Amino acid sequence: MEYRRRELLGASAAGIAAAVGGCLGLGGDQSEGSITGEELALATTTSTYDTGLLDEINAAFQERFGTPVAANAQGTGAAIESARNGNADVILVHARSLEDEFMREGHGVNRRSLMFNDFVIVGPSDDPAGVADTEQATAAFEAIASAQAQFVSRGDDSGTHTKELAIWDQSGAEPGGEWYQELGSGMGDTLNNASESGSYTLADRGTFLSMQDNVDLEILLQGPIEGGPELLANPYGIMAANPEVHSNVNYDLAMAYIGFFTSPEGQELVGDYTANGEQLFYPEALSEDPNFQQYVPEGWQPDSSEE
Amino acid sequence: MPFESLAEPNYLRSIIQVSLTVSLTAILLSTLLSLPIAFVVGFADFRGKRVITAVINTGMGFPSVVVGLLVLMALSNSGPLGALELVYTPEAMIISQCVLAAPVITGVALSAIESVDDAVRDAAYGVGGTRTDVALITLKEARYGVVTGILAGFGRAISEVGSVLIVGGNIAYADGTSKTRTITTAITLETRRGEFETALVLGAVLLVLVLLVNGIVLRLGGR
Repeated sequence: MEYRRRELLGASAAGIAAAVGGCLGLGGDQSEGSITGEELALATTTSTYDTGLLDEINAAFQERFGTPVAANAQGTGAAIESARNGNADVILVHARSLEDEFMREGHGVNRRSLMFNDFVIVGPSDDPAGVADTEQATAAFEAIASAQAQFVSRGDDSGTHTKELAIWDQSGAEPGGEWYQELGSGMGDTLNNASESGSYTLADRGTFLSMQDNVDLEILLQGPIEGGPELLANPYGIMAANPEVHSNVNYDLAMAYIGFFTSPEGQELVGDYTANGEQLFYPEALSEDPNFQQYVPEGWQPDSSEE
Repeated sequence: MPFESLAEPNYLRSIIQVSLTVSLTAILLSTLLSLPIAFVVGFADFRGKRVITAVINTGMGFPSVVVGLLVLMALSNSGPLGALELVYTPEAMIISQCVLAAPVITGVALSAIESVDDAVRDAAYGVGGTRTDVALITLKEARYGVVTGILAGFGRAISEVGSVLIVGGNIAYADGTSKTRTITTAITLETRRGEFETALVLGAVLLVLVLLVNGIVLRLGGR
């Protein structure tokens, strides 16, 4: 019996040894490069991450403060929800209405307007709905609806999705029917899908530019950066989770990150970042003139009847 | 710019490391959990045994995204286990993969144990073996089936993307070092970025790794 037992032990030893070896290896990596032994939990949108901007900013932040940034790239809705559950120290998102709601609920503090780019309406180059002939985003959506041309929607409560719904809302058209498909995917997946299926979609310029070599789509209606309608503006905001509501968050680090991102150095990194030779984001945090609206929910007045 | 992210030396090495560490640890833990259950259910005769077997077999097909969601809700800082601060860590991914792999290991091991011929057990009793001896003999007869179960569990764990994406968050640091990015979640990210070539290379790496682990285990298992 002794012999048999030993044989069995040998068989299971392999997995154990491998697992333990891996464990030790991982432990070493986690503390690498961190002075404080801490890290900053950033919940953000796919557009800032997938374009590579955050790799640039976060590397510079880590070099300066010795703290690595753990960036969790989701849609804006998911990123805010993650912070609402206390799972993020700082959020970087692009849907003002959702940001304002988050602030009004007391979850977020110290909002800053960080940077902007714009949305563009992209589609197949033969442009069956004639979007290129329109000048307003609402008119473009109406043209797509009346032609019943294929349109793919993010459908994921992201900032882009929120903007898309706002445009449909302001237009005279109803999205629906077989030509309108909600994907529930990130911007990159949605662009891939639109390219394959010959559909129109609303995209942030940054993600589109960084992917345009890989997709068969063209910009048919420009946003405000190239003289298009103001409705297609895409402003990004950053704010810290309220440490009084979420006692576990790392408020100091969050503020250090916001401070770095909105500093002349951070803003210069934003302005200098390019993909395929084109600037993706435009810094907006620094100005000689005061911009008080960035700190409060849009349209908030001290004498309004709120608490 | 194909293979851009693969040019970062840390990137590939660290996501492979995270993938292997998480999945192997998860398999170790779920093996320790599953085999005793498989032995008890396999050796004992009791009412409701068929129900338990059915439950285990159902668990083999449990959707990974649902496991991910449940683990996220439990570990979230506003959830019941929030104080542990495990959300978006490799430990959270180990937990969800452990939950996913356990029914596979238990189910396959159980069926291997049950299929050992009764004559083998009777013979062991006949030559005067104790209960422990008989159990060990049965285990030895069933060992290939048990190892197959463990490998199937490993295959499920390392190739799974739904739950690790939810509870891990697919996080890598700015220098490309992975925190919770596994090979599978890196494939979803690269696909989303339109970097299909990189995604394909990662897919090939995953296949080779699974093949290697299978080869090593089967070799050590004496086959």
